[in-house]
Amino acid sequence: MIADDNSSPERQADTDKDWFLPVVDQPSTRRTALKTAGAALGLAAFGKAISPLWSIPENVSVDEFLQQHYKELSDNDKQKVFQRLEAEAKDAYGAEVTISDPKPIPGVRFGYAINLSKCNGNGACMEACNRENNHHRGVDQSYIRVLEMSKGSMDMEHGTTTYDHTVPQDDKFYMPVQCQQCENPPCVSACPIEATWQEDDGIVVVDYNWCIGCRYCEAACPYHARRFNWEQPEIPTDEVNPDQGYLSNRIRPQGVMEKCHFCLHRTREGRAPACLEACSTGARVFGDLNAPDSDINWVLKNKRVFVLKEELGTQPNFFYFFDS
Amino acid sequence: MSSIIAQNHTGTEPADSVRSYPRFLWWGLGEATNGGLGFYVWMFVLTAISLVGANAWANQVAEGMIVTNMTDHVSWGLYIANFTFCVGLAAGGVMMVIPAYLYDDEEMHKIVIVGEAVAVAAIVMSTLSVVVDLGRPDRFWHLIPVIGRLNWPVSMLTWDVIVLNGYLLINLHIVGYLLYMRYLGRKPNPRWYVPFVFLSIIWAISIHTVTAFLYCGLGGRSFWNTALLGPRFLASAFVSGPAFIILVMRILRITTGYSAPPGPARTLIQIIRVAMTINLVMLASEMFTLFYTGGAHGASARYLFFGSHGHYGLVPWIWTAIAFNLVGTILFFMPSALDRSTVRIAACVLCIVGIWIEKGMGLIIPGFIPSTLHEIVEYTPSLVEWKVTAGIWAFGFLLLTVLLKLIATVFSSEQSAATIIAPAD
Repeated sequence: MIADDNSSPERQADTDKDWFLPVVDQPSTRRTALKTAGAALGLAAFGKAISPLWSIPENVSVDEFLQQHYKELSDNDKQKVFQRLEAEAKDAYGAEVTISDPKPIPGVRFGYAINLSKCNGNGACMEACNRENNHHRGVDQSYIRVLEMSKGSMDMEHGTTTYDHTVPQDDKFYMPVQCQQCENPPCVSACPIEATWQEDDGIVVVDYNWCIGCRYCEAACPYHARRFNWEQPEIPTDEVNPDQGYLSNRIRPQGVMEKCHFCLHRTREGRAPACLEACSTGARVFGDLNAPDSDINWVLKNKRVFVLKEELGTQPNFFYFFDS
Repeated sequence: MSSIIAQNHTGTEPADSVRSYPRFLWWGLGEATNGGLGFYVWMFVLTAISLVGANAWANQVAEGMIVTNMTDHVSWGLYIANFTFCVGLAAGGVMMVIPAYLYDDEEMHKIVIVGEAVAVAAIVMSTLSVVVDLGRPDRFWHLIPVIGRLNWPVSMLTWDVIVLNGYLLINLHIVGYLLYMRYLGRKPNPRWYVPFVFLSIIWAISIHTVTAFLYCGLGGRSFWNTALLGPRFLASAFVSGPAFIILVMRILRITTGYSAPPGPARTLIQIIRVAMTINLVMLASEMFTLFYTGGAHGASARYLFFGSHGHYGLVPWIWTAIAFNLVGTILFFMPSALDRSTVRIAACVLCIVGIWIEKGMGLIIPGFIPSTLHEIVEYTPSLVEWKVTAGIWAFGFLLLTVLLKLIATVFSSEQSAATIIAPAD
C-alpha cells in the first residue's frame, strides 16, 4: 500500500502502470466499472466459499428454524414438533420412534446416591447410559465417568477415568460422576438463552431445539457433566432406543449440548434410571427426596453422606457414601 | 440516525444539503476503494484470506464442530481466545479518548477517530469469533432481545452480547457523525457527540470487565476464578490497544500522509509504560498465589508454565508470551521509544503478540486443563480453526482499511475544499 494515491481519481493513467492492474489510475467512470466488476467477482467468490452452508436448508426445515422455546409451545405445537422429530428419526436413522413429554410428578424431588464401598468400576452403568440415551456410537459417549481412585485419597488429581484392566483393583476404589442435578446449577445461570433449566423435580434439562451450542454451560459445570454434539450422532437402526423423551433421550441434533437427565422418561413413570438398573453391585440408590420412607431418604438418614465440591455452593442432589 | 441529527440541528442549510447520510456513505465507499497498486494488492490478499476463512467456517457448520480440535474436555479454543484479545483491542481505544476529552489534549483528536475505527473493526472481529464458535449459528436469533429469550441479567454472556453491540453502535455513531460533519464542511455540534464520547469511556471499560466476568464468575474453574482477572484484562487492553494504534498511525503516515503531531504518540507510550508495568505486577502476584499455595488450585498454572504429568502443550506458548512482554516492556522504557523509532515499533509488535498469547491461548486453554475431574486432555488448534481465525483477522483488516481510507480522505479533502464540492461519484 505504498503506492496509494486516492486524492485525484480523475488523473490520467501512468502508462507504465496501465497494463499491470486495470483499476489503478483509470478515469473515474472506467474505474467505477472495474470496481463494480471486482465487487461482483468478490461476491461470486464469497458465494462459492460459503456454499457448504446450503446443507442448512437441507437439514433444518423452516418449522425447525422457527420453532419456539419449549416453555412457549402449546400442547398442540408440541404434538406437531414431536411428529416432525419422529419423521426425522425415521428419515435419518430408519427407526420407528415415539417421542413423549412426561411432566414432573407434583411433590416429587429426585435424589441419587452411590455407595462407594460397593461400586467396583465395572462400567455397566456407562454402557447402559450409552444405549438408553441414544448416544453417538462412534465415541463411547455416556453421561457417566467412572474415576478409579487411589485408596487413602479423595483427591481426583490422583484418579483416572481411562483405566483398562480387570476390576476391582485391591488398592483402588471407584467413583462414578454424572450430573449432580444441583439445587443451584451454575450451568443454568450461564446459559444466555434459557435453553437449559431446572424442572420442578430438580432435574436440569436442555431444550435441544433451542440451544445455540455456545458451550458456556460446559465451561461452567464443575463436574464435567455436560457433553457437546461435535457431529451428528451415529446409531445403527436396530440399536436406536425408540422410547424417547423430548427433554431427555431423543436423538440429539448436531451442535447442541446434552446432559444426564436422570432418565426422566423412565423415572417420571415410576421406573429406575437405566444406570441403576444395569448396576450389578447395588451401589446405586435412587428415589424421591420428599418421600420419608424412600430408599434415598434411608441412606441420607442412616449413612454419613457427602457431596462433591461442596465448597462451590452448588448443592448437589447427588450423594456419595461408604459402608461403615 | 446521524442524518436525522445532522438535518435537525442546522438552521442554515448549505446549497448542497440534498446530500444525505446514505449518499455520504456511498461516496465514502467509492473513495475508500480508490488507491494505488499496493492498495489493491493489499485488499486482494485480505479478501482472499477472508474467503478461505469463510469457506472453512461453512465446512465447519456443515460437518459439525468435529473439524475443530476442541473436545468435551477443552470445549473452548482458539476462537474464544481470539475473541478475548479482540475485545481488549476494542476497549484499548478508549485510552486515546480519555486524554483527548478529559484532559483536553487537542492534538490527540486526530488519533481518537482512528482509535474509534480500530474499535469498530475489533468489535466486529470479536463478534465474528463468537459466531464461529457457535454449534448452531442458524439459531442466532435466539440471542436477539425480545424475539429470542435472553437470560438477562443472570447470564454474563447476555451482558457481553449487549455491551459489545452497544459499543459498536456508539463508535459507529461517533465516527460517522464526525466524518459526516467534516464532509459537509460543518463544525460538529458537541451536543451530538460529546455525551456519546463520555459514554464510550465507561462503555469501553465495561466491555472488557464483562468479558473478564464471563470467566472469573465460574466457581468450577479455579484458574479463572480470581478477582484479579478483570483488572488484568483492563491493564493489558490499555497496552495492546494503544500499541496497535501506534502501528496503525505509522502505516497511515507512510501510505496516506495522514499524520498527527508527535505529542499524542508520546502520551500513548507513557500510558503503555504504566499499564504494562501494572499488568506484569498483577501477573506476578497471580503466579505467587498459585505456586506458593500449591495444591489443586494451582494445577492449571503448573500445566501452563511447566507442564504436568508429561504434558507440555502450552509451555512454549506461555514462555514466548512472557519473553515478548518483558522485552517489549523494556523497549517501551527506552528513551528512543518516545521518538518515531524502530525500537517503538518493535516494542509495540512484541507486546501485541505477547498479550495475544497471554490472554488467549495462555488464559482460555489452561482453564480447561486439567478438566474439572482433573483429567488432562491437551489441545492444539486444527487447520480449520487457524483458517477461520485468519479469515476473521483478514476481514477485520479489510474493514479497518476501508474506515481508515475514509477518514484519511475526509480529513485531506477538508483541506482542499474543491474535493468537497465535487466529490467523485
